[in-house]
Amino acid sequence: MADSGVIDGPGRKDEIERAKSEGKDLTKEEKQRLRKEKKQQKKIKEKKDDKASQENEKEKKPVTSAAPASQPPTQPTVQKAPSAVPATAPVSVPASEASVPADKPTKTKAELKAERRARQEAERASKQTKKGETGQQAATSKPKAPPSDLQPVVKRLPEHIQVDNPDVLKKLAKKLERQQIPLRSDYGYKVSLFSHLHQYSRKAPLTQQLSIPSTVIHPAIVRLGLQYSHGIVAGSNARSVALLHAFKQVIRDYTTPQNEELSRDLVNKLKPYISFLNQCRPLSASMGNAIKYIKKEISNIPSNCKEDEAKNKLLNCIESYINEKIILAGVAIAKCAIEKQKISDGDVILVYGCSSLVNHILCKAFEKNRKFRVIVVDSRPRLEGKEALRRLVQKGISCTYVLISAVSYILPEVSKVFLGAHALLANGYVMSRVGTSQIALVAKAFNVPVLVCCETYKFCDRVQTDSFVSNELDDPDDLIVTRKGTTPLEGWENESSLGLLNLVYDVTPPDFVDLVITELGMIPCTSVPVVLRVKNVDQ
Amino acid sequence: MELQAVLMAAGGGSRMTDLTYNTPKAMLPVGNKPLMWYPLNLLEKVGFEEVIVITTKEVQKAMSTDLKIKDVKMKLDVVSIQEDGDMGTADALRHIQPKIKTDILVLSCDLITDVALHEVVDLFRAHNATMAMLMSKAHEFTETVPGQKGKKKTAEQRDFVGVDKSGKRLLFMANEADLEDGLSIRKSIMRKHPRMLIKTGLVDAHLYCLKKAVVDFLTENKSISSIRGELVPYLVRKQFSKTVNSQKLKDDTDDQTQEKNDGPLLISSRDEPLLQLAQERSCWNDHRGDMSEAYHGGKLRCYVHIMDQGLCCRVNTLAAYIEVNRLAPKLFEEPSVHPSADISERCQMGSDSIIGAVCHIADKTSIKRSTIGNFTTVKEKVKVTNSIIMHGVTIEEGCNIQGSVICSNAVIGRGADLKYCLVGNGQHIEPEGKREGELSYQTEQPN
Repeated sequence: MADSGVIDGPGRKDEIERAKSEGKDLTKEEKQRLRKEKKQQKKIKEKKDDKASQENEKEKKPVTSAAPASQPPTQPTVQKAPSAVPATAPVSVPASEASVPADKPTKTKAELKAERRARQEAERASKQTKKGETGQQAATSKPKAPPSDLQPVVKRLPEHIQVDNPDVLKKLAKKLERQQIPLRSDYGYKVSLFSHLHQYSRKAPLTQQLSIPSTVIHPAIVRLGLQYSHGIVAGSNARSVALLHAFKQVIRDYTTPQNEELSRDLVNKLKPYISFLNQCRPLSASMGNAIKYIKKEISNIPSNCKEDEAKNKLLNCIESYINEKIILAGVAIAKCAIEKQKISDGDVILVYGCSSLVNHILCKAFEKNRKFRVIVVDSRPRLEGKEALRRLVQKGISCTYVLISAVSYILPEVSKVFLGAHALLANGYVMSRVGTSQIALVAKAFNVPVLVCCETYKFCDRVQTDSFVSNELDDPDDLIVTRKGTTPLEGWENESSLGLLNLVYDVTPPDFVDLVITELGMIPCTSVPVVLRVKNVDQ
Repeated sequence: MELQAVLMAAGGGSRMTDLTYNTPKAMLPVGNKPLMWYPLNLLEKVGFEEVIVITTKEVQKAMSTDLKIKDVKMKLDVVSIQEDGDMGTADALRHIQPKIKTDILVLSCDLITDVALHEVVDLFRAHNATMAMLMSKAHEFTETVPGQKGKKKTAEQRDFVGVDKSGKRLLFMANEADLEDGLSIRKSIMRKHPRMLIKTGLVDAHLYCLKKAVVDFLTENKSISSIRGELVPYLVRKQFSKTVNSQKLKDDTDDQTQEKNDGPLLISSRDEPLLQLAQERSCWNDHRGDMSEAYHGGKLRCYVHIMDQGLCCRVNTLAAYIEVNRLAPKLFEEPSVHPSADISERCQMGSDSIIGAVCHIADKTSIKRSTIGNFTTVKEKVKVTNSIIMHGVTIEEGCNIQGSVICSNAVIGRGADLKYCLVGNGQHIEPEGKREGELSYQTEQPN
């Protein structure tokens, strides 16, 4: 390959080196294009350079251009080409380097600018050809390759929102195979906006592919995974408590193998279990925080600690975590809400779906003899509001039940809206059951205060501004309902232009939320990063 | 360890004595494999590594010589019990109670099925059930049974099974024999489950997942002797009994002897408060429309998985035996002719016949829809249709065998004509004998 100047040479070499290291193959067209661009730049320079330097380069050019011209026909495999290209590049660079120092003083600022511009255009053109090739080839190109061209920082996207990328799926399959966990296959047609997420069917549980007396995965975890995928354990708090309960059983049945340390081995044992639970149902933010806490506790166990002592310590840690972060936090939030007159006599409170924390607050307020009534808003397909309604009416609270389509009709009566949260994101957005943001929006339009109740262990440092990027797709068959013997959506898979979408979560912007009640007090939505920072400092 | 498998192979086959008076039921050949191989194969396919086999000494001896059973890769822990027949299945469980360390999966040796076992076990796991069982829709037997005059349907005692509207929770289970005054259902059940479906056309596959607590309960209650006849209806009834549902019983104190007996049944797992907390916080309920929590607060739950497709057959009558010989080979992808069989080229063999090992089939024979056992000799000009020939049988020339069952080591004389007959072990049918719809036994007179 001919190199016109030192400035271009290393740049071209870098590009080619990068291309070679990323495993991309330079096709004939690309090589020809690069050669053409170099020739063009050389021509620009030749017009401005001295004759002596031109003669020097011209001498080199036929030599080196003849070489690559003969190279492609002689090389049967394309793989040799990238290795040959840099091989010729260093050959020609020292040759041209000898001539270049003589050229340098003759180049003006304008010439340098022109060269730089030409180089940038050449790089842009070659980048486009590269991008075209990645679209065609199913090579080992990583999704971060394009961003890394633009910036040095590599951004890693989580696997569960890249389901439409076959390489990520391959990596996931390999990882699960290593951990001996079956891969759950997606089901049904996915709406295009959400095709980057997993969608599973409840009728194909993961246990189909496991051996029945499960030996690879602890039975308590298999049971938990089944309960997650069937929806028997649903709700952020319930899932975390059940997870910690299962981990307690795992720790109890654990024995350290020979030559291993409990602090390292137990964490490795937990990894396949967490993958398994993730396959059954994507982990919630609260579960993620609980897992982080346990892993930290396990790795903090000193190596001289005896096994029984260590296990007891861990079990106590789990107990205290549940006690502090879930039970006592709930009590504190209820106390806060009631004493600070957030629930006063004559209030009409609107709740959405079934949040264990909000139900707890309302029941406690009723016990303290506050006079209020509740409006329960519900939505399909989960119809969780019915369960919330049952719990409140059992206590004796007078309730009204509406569907979410009636929310704007009922809002003029409402004095406050209490919402539960699945997680609070670092930019102040509230992630909760789908429909929550709608209610917050309508409440804002009616000037009704919206209060979100959330324990601090659900705060996560993710940032999201829309509900598309990261969400959960539930079983689309849940949307099918049979009324009066007819099932209109039966056989929806056979309709090519029909897709069923069953979203689980959505995010509410902080403008619609007036107050967040946590066990640390009542904070505005935008103070979430402060709480997170303080928590990190504590730990 | 999650589940231990227990195979009950001590049954006597009381409803098909014609076949079992010489061969124990567990070793009857079905498709040239012993009957008990089928449930063992099911367990092996699913991933079990050990099975506790409860059987008699006779069967144990036969097992040690049988090739197919030696092929089984699982570890078989054989427990032999007395043959007098007084020990019921629940008594057998009580007998092996020291070996039981976790929940158990109880199978009967006469079950041939291709069910996806995870369906039953998932119900057991997900709902933390005390019992989960398998049932199947019964199919009519179409083949003519030897010894039955015409298509007389034996008056089998029907089972009445009540399930809730999801079809998974078992609410009611009784046999026709126990319901003399009619079927009565308690109001408490109707209040909790207003929609109940009662089915009668179901076959109990005798496949039960039981909690370990049930086995402990059996050791304390020695009066229960049969799983199917007594234990299962008892558990189903106990789901709705008042003592089980009352809140105070969570600490299972032993105030009354009744509670003491049920104590083991209510212990589900340690950390009960955490599970309770998780259930409280979860927004799930198994029913809608009344004020009670999930499962109506009941600790004891029984579930059933009803198969509507696929094969599920219990081989406890002659009709079932004949039916299953027709269907069972289709479950496996094995060649219908054993490689060591010597079949002459002029033999007409249908594609749905099975020939066993080391057989000699001579010329001009016609074998259609039949099973021929190992070491059998079939001479020329024999026509075998729709029949089951067991091991070591000799069939002389010119015989015509239709719709019959010939047991092991029998000899069928030349030119015999058998229609819908059952020939017992080691029997000789005289040459030119003509039998129709008869059963030959050890008795001297051909009857």
